[in-house]
Amino acid sequence: MGETFMKKLLTAAIAGLGLALTATAVSAQAPSTLAQVKQRAMVNCGSNTGLAGFGVPDAQGNWVGLDVEYCRAVAAAIFNDPAKVKFIPLSAKDRFTALQSGEVDLLVRNSTWTMTRDAALGIVFTGVNYYDGQGFMVRKKLGVTSALQLSGASVCTQQGTTTELNLADFFRANNLKYEVVAFASSDETVKAYDAGRCDAFTTDASGLYAERLKLTTPDDHMVLPEIISKEPLGPSVRNNDPQWFNLVKWVHFAMINAEELGVTKANVDEMLKSPNPEIKRLLGTEGKFGETIGLTTDWVYRIIKHVGNYGESFEKNVGQGSLLKIARGQNGLWTKGGLQYAPPVR
Amino acid sequence: MDHSTTGGGASTVAGSRAATSDEEGVKTVSTIPTETVQPGKASLFYDPKIRGYVYQFALLAVVGFLIWSAASNAIENLRAQKIASGFGFWHNAAGFDVNQKLIPFSASGSTYGQAFYVGLLNTLLVASIGIVLSTFLGFFVGVSRLSSNWVLSKLAMIYVEVIRNLPLLLQLFFWYNAVLKPLPDARNSIALPGSIYLNNRGLIMPNPQFGPAFQAVVIAFFLAVVLAIAFYIWSKKQQERTGTQYPNGSITFGLILGLPLLTYFIAGQPLSFDLPQQGRFNLTGGLQIYPEFVALLIGLTTYTAGFIAEVVRAGILAVSRGQTEAANALGLRAGPTLKLVVIPQAMRVIIPPLTSNYLNLTKNSSLAVAIGYPDLVQVFTGTVLNQTGQAVEVVAITMAVYLTISLVTSLFMNIYNKRMALVER
Repeated sequence: MGETFMKKLLTAAIAGLGLALTATAVSAQAPSTLAQVKQRAMVNCGSNTGLAGFGVPDAQGNWVGLDVEYCRAVAAAIFNDPAKVKFIPLSAKDRFTALQSGEVDLLVRNSTWTMTRDAALGIVFTGVNYYDGQGFMVRKKLGVTSALQLSGASVCTQQGTTTELNLADFFRANNLKYEVVAFASSDETVKAYDAGRCDAFTTDASGLYAERLKLTTPDDHMVLPEIISKEPLGPSVRNNDPQWFNLVKWVHFAMINAEELGVTKANVDEMLKSPNPEIKRLLGTEGKFGETIGLTTDWVYRIIKHVGNYGESFEKNVGQGSLLKIARGQNGLWTKGGLQYAPPVR
Repeated sequence: MDHSTTGGGASTVAGSRAATSDEEGVKTVSTIPTETVQPGKASLFYDPKIRGYVYQFALLAVVGFLIWSAASNAIENLRAQKIASGFGFWHNAAGFDVNQKLIPFSASGSTYGQAFYVGLLNTLLVASIGIVLSTFLGFFVGVSRLSSNWVLSKLAMIYVEVIRNLPLLLQLFFWYNAVLKPLPDARNSIALPGSIYLNNRGLIMPNPQFGPAFQAVVIAFFLAVVLAIAFYIWSKKQQERTGTQYPNGSITFGLILGLPLLTYFIAGQPLSFDLPQQGRFNLTGGLQIYPEFVALLIGLTTYTAGFIAEVVRAGILAVSRGQTEAANALGLRAGPTLKLVVIPQAMRVIIPPLTSNYLNLTKNSSLAVAIGYPDLVQVFTGTVLNQTGQAVEVVAITMAVYLTISLVTSLFMNIYNKRMALVER
């Protein structure tokens, strides 16, 4: 009893001192993330503060978007209920701290997979759910047709992003002068650009199209053709729980495999009777693959039934079914010339 | 928010004072019974003085243990979570740019450590200018509020009530948009006399280029300051001895302005200007004052001035009316009465709360992050923290910096306060 009292006292004192804010939340022998999620009956998902197509609350206050559906797929796989997700909006600046400290179970928020982030932040990326690259948006009346003509321009960007670093690289590599104006939130960045503080606005190309919709007169602005970086965007989890890492990673692979095998939201019930052994393993009518990552055998059925396959999610949120109308391009399946490729379920 | 922090500081001071007076109380209590009752040699266990030391030592040990265990717990957990720790990142290449910088900084080759200094200097710049401006504005408004001019005093009252009762963050957003929105874009700058241009990228003015002979002008300036002080001391003594008054103001002014100007022309005008030129997007060259800086400075100055005005008003009201009447009876006019009689006495009341307002201004400057001004919090706790992921170290450094700035400010204000305090015998 004395020991527990001391522990309580210690915890209280530490909290009181406000020291080691991020570290104390997770003790060295933390229970598994999946167990915590099941106990809470809710997945805490770090989300964008509002980026059309990826993560944004709609008019009814429901979160929608490609990244949001990833979290819903995780919830569907665990609880058979895509609504058991709590979305926690995070700015670019705060996102990794929130993941490190255990405030969110996974972060699906247009975050670029880089070496530093994998190695030094105590987090690990599970894959790439959107291949992106950084671009520029300018006012049409400037008469600029290429990013190489931006010498002397002032550029608005969001701080704490790879965007900020690529921007510096691009202007340095091309020996161009520029002035950077960095803001903490994407909203402030877009507002400042809209107010004329900057000549150009830079972020990932997908984000440019999404943010353009927020401007007062979207048609006065254009996206320049250059893509100046590789931005593999994907979900990340803490680097101390291999089971949870596997679960989050395989949710994406399941959605890609489903698309590849032609399993859709509409036909998934029929597909349960499919004789194709690959589909049988995927949907759990043969083998117990789901149990190896702490789930039920019908985990993929649940994902597809509630959310759909990767292609469906893409078209609905950022593709032809959305305002953004982004082509599949690099995000197409490997069988169709894209980069999306998933290891087999076996 | 602001007051609670300063209130906390005040209460610890009061607390320590109470503790010392308690000790004295204990001493007297302990001496009386030993003299009257004489219970023989009390054991050390019952000696209140020893007990006091034991309790204090125990408290110190507990606090020390808590700090140590929190720190070691943090280090252990960071290791367990595979998060990089330590201060090695300080010398790593930063790879990002900052627009407003007082020291050279660029994406090529500058380190996170240099980014820290860029942010720190920007914080100190806006805080120091803000402190000076808000003091002037605050004194003006505070005195105006007591003015017999009805319009002036009501205007001052409205200013104080409006400014003090709106959140500072909101005011910053207001100023940022109020500064940005009405200004023309970079291609249609407003041209002011003297090659100064104003647009929504800021105020662009000629950048002075100092020739090598300019040093002579600087030396002349300092020489003039020394001479002016020497003359002031001499004239004071002379006045005390003979009663003759010298035109101190105009002589000081003439010296400080005249001597450097004379040197400047003798040295062959060693000063040229880099004039702003219209470039493709914006004016290039020249010295640029960024709108973020202007908005933050206006916001902090007007906000803090509202509080200083009330401090000044309270200080002046604390001086008994009899003092003014006595000064009037001696034949002093309103100006000298205020300058020689009221303000010096009011200062004793004004300085301590003024200090906490200075500290608040410095701490509030961290709200710069909302409007994109690259201060310490924006550059270091924002970008550097995010690029390195080392939250504990970066936040600890930032807290240490603000603590240092605040303690140094307090120290100087306390020294000044001691000089101004009423000398009692």
